[in-house]
Amino acid sequence: MTDFFADFLDAVAEVPLIRYALLSGIVSSLTFGVVGSLVVTRQIAYVASAIAHSILGGIGAAVYCSRVYDLPWLTPMLGAIVAGLVSVAVIGWVTLRFKEREDTIIGAIWALGMAAGLLFLHYAPGKAVNMESFIFGNILLTSRSDVVATLVLGVLVFVLVGLFYHKLVAVSFDEEFARLRGVSSKAYYFLLLGLTAMSVVLLVRIAGLILAQALLVLPAATASRFSRSLWVVMVLAVALTAVCNTAGLAVSYEYDIPTGPFIVFLAVGCYALSFLFRRNRA
Amino acid sequence: MNGGRERGRAGFRGLDAADRTLFTGALNPLEPSPDDRPPIVDCRGVSFSYGRSVVLEDVTFTVPRGESLCVIGPNGGGKSTLAKLLLGLIEPDRGRIAVLGREPREARTGIGYVPQAMRFDPQFPISALDIVLMGRLNHLTVGLFSKRCRERARAALDEVGMSGYARRPFSDLSGGERQRVMVARALACDPEILLLDEPTANIDLSIEAQLIETLAKLRERMTVLMVTHDLDLVSAIGNSVLCVNHRVHRHSLPLSGETIKEIYSGRRRLEHDRRTRHQQGDHSACAHD
Repeated sequence: MTDFFADFLDAVAEVPLIRYALLSGIVSSLTFGVVGSLVVTRQIAYVASAIAHSILGGIGAAVYCSRVYDLPWLTPMLGAIVAGLVSVAVIGWVTLRFKEREDTIIGAIWALGMAAGLLFLHYAPGKAVNMESFIFGNILLTSRSDVVATLVLGVLVFVLVGLFYHKLVAVSFDEEFARLRGVSSKAYYFLLLGLTAMSVVLLVRIAGLILAQALLVLPAATASRFSRSLWVVMVLAVALTAVCNTAGLAVSYEYDIPTGPFIVFLAVGCYALSFLFRRNRA
Repeated sequence: MNGGRERGRAGFRGLDAADRTLFTGALNPLEPSPDDRPPIVDCRGVSFSYGRSVVLEDVTFTVPRGESLCVIGPNGGGKSTLAKLLLGLIEPDRGRIAVLGREPREARTGIGYVPQAMRFDPQFPISALDIVLMGRLNHLTVGLFSKRCRERARAALDEVGMSGYARRPFSDLSGGERQRVMVARALACDPEILLLDEPTANIDLSIEAQLIETLAKLRERMTVLMVTHDLDLVSAIGNSVLCVNHRVHRHSLPLSGETIKEIYSGRRRLEHDRRTRHQQGDHSACAHD
C-alpha cells in the first residue's frame, strides 16, 4: 500500500500530465460539490443532464461552421458555451411554463442537442472529430490553463453561492414562499441553471459529458444522505468528489485503467454503499 | 393534499353524533362587519377562471381586522384559488381585491402564509431555524441573516413551543412539528394576517390539539384566515365561516348541521366521525399519504 502511494506521489512530482490531472481533479471538486448539492436538493439532476448533452449540439455546430466558413476563432468550447446558455434559456423557460410536459420536452431538447451535434460533426469537412473526447473526456489531457480556468470557475461559483446562499436554499425548498418574501424565484432558478451550464461546459473539457454529469450529481446525492444542512452537504460533496478524483487517478495510473470511467465507477460505488447506512428519518 | 381531501370526506356521516352545541347556527350570507375600521381584506365582484373553467364568480366579502375566518367548501370550489388571489400569486379576471388597503402583491409582506408542511421534500437538508429564517428573506440582500433576524426567528419558534428544535433537521420532525415550524416561519414575517392552508391535514390527532392551542393564542393578536376541511378546527379557532363553492356565502358560528350539509352538498362526512372511528381502531377513513 505504501509503495502504491509512493509510486503515485513520484508520478505527481515528476510527470506534469499527472500533476495537472490531479490538480484539475481537486480544483474541479469545488464546482462539482457546490453546484451538485444545489442540483440534487432542487431535484433537477435530469435538467442538468439535459444541459450537459445539449452542448454537444453547440460543439458540433462550432466545428462545422469554423471549417465550412473558415472561422478559426469559433472553437468547440465557444460553441459549447453558447449552446449551454441557449439550453439554459430554453430549458428554464420550458420548466417554468410547461410544468405538466416538462420531462417530455426536456427529453426532446436533450436528444435534439445530441442529434444536432452528431449531424454537424458528420458533415463537417476535414479530418474526423474524436467524439469520445467530448463524451468521456480525458482528465490526463488537462493543461495548466484548464486548471486555472477551473479554479476561476470554482471561485466564482463559491462567491455567487456564498452571496445568495439563503435565497438559493429558500427557492429550492419553497419557491412559492420565497416569491411571497420578495425573492425572484425565476431569477434564482436561472442563476442555478446558469451555474450548472457553466460548470458542465468547463468541466466537459477535463471530464467529458458523462463524467461531468455523474460527478455533479453522485457525490452530492451521497452526501445528502448523511447531512442535515445544505452547506454541510456541499462540504461533504466537495470532499467526496476530491477523494473520488484522486483515488480514481491513482488507481488508474497504477493499474493502467481508463481514468474517467473508473472515477465514475468510484462515485457510483460510494452512492451505492451509502444505502447500507440508515438514512435521515423521513 | 389527499390527506386534506380525506379529512374533508370524513366530515359528514357522523353529523348526528357530533356535538350539536357546536353546530347550531343559521345561514347568514354577507353579514356586515360590526367593526367600523376598514376591512383587512376587501374583495369586490371578483371572478377567476382557469381557461374555460370558471373557479370563482362574482365573489364579494370583507374580513374585518381581528377576525378568525375559516374558509371551507368542497374540493374544486375555489378555496385555494381564493388564497392565491389574496396572496397576489394570481390576478383576478374581474373585480378588485384590497388586502391591508393595498393591492395583494404589495401587501404580501404583511401576510404570514402557512402552506401544508407535507408538500415539502422531507429529506431536504435544512434545519427548523433555517426554515423559519425564510420569513425574514425580505430583510436580506446578500450574505447571511443579521443577528436581529436570527433573534426574531428564534422568538417565533419559541412562540409555537419549538424553541428547543432550532437546530433539528426538518427530516427529524414529526408532521405536527413541521407544521408548527411553518407557523413559526409565518410569524417571523411579523404579519398582520396569518393565512393557513389546511394546517391540520396529515397531522396526528394528539398533535393537532397542540396546533389548535397555538392558533388560539395567535388569533388574539392578528387576523387569521384559514382554509380547512376540519370542522373541529373551525369550531375551536374560527369566529366566522366563509363557504366557497364558486361563489361565497358567509356563515356565523356555530354552524348548524343543515348548513354543513348544504355546504358540502351531502358528499362529505363529518370529521368527528373519522376521529371516533379512528379512536375505536377503525382506520379505514384515515388519510394514507
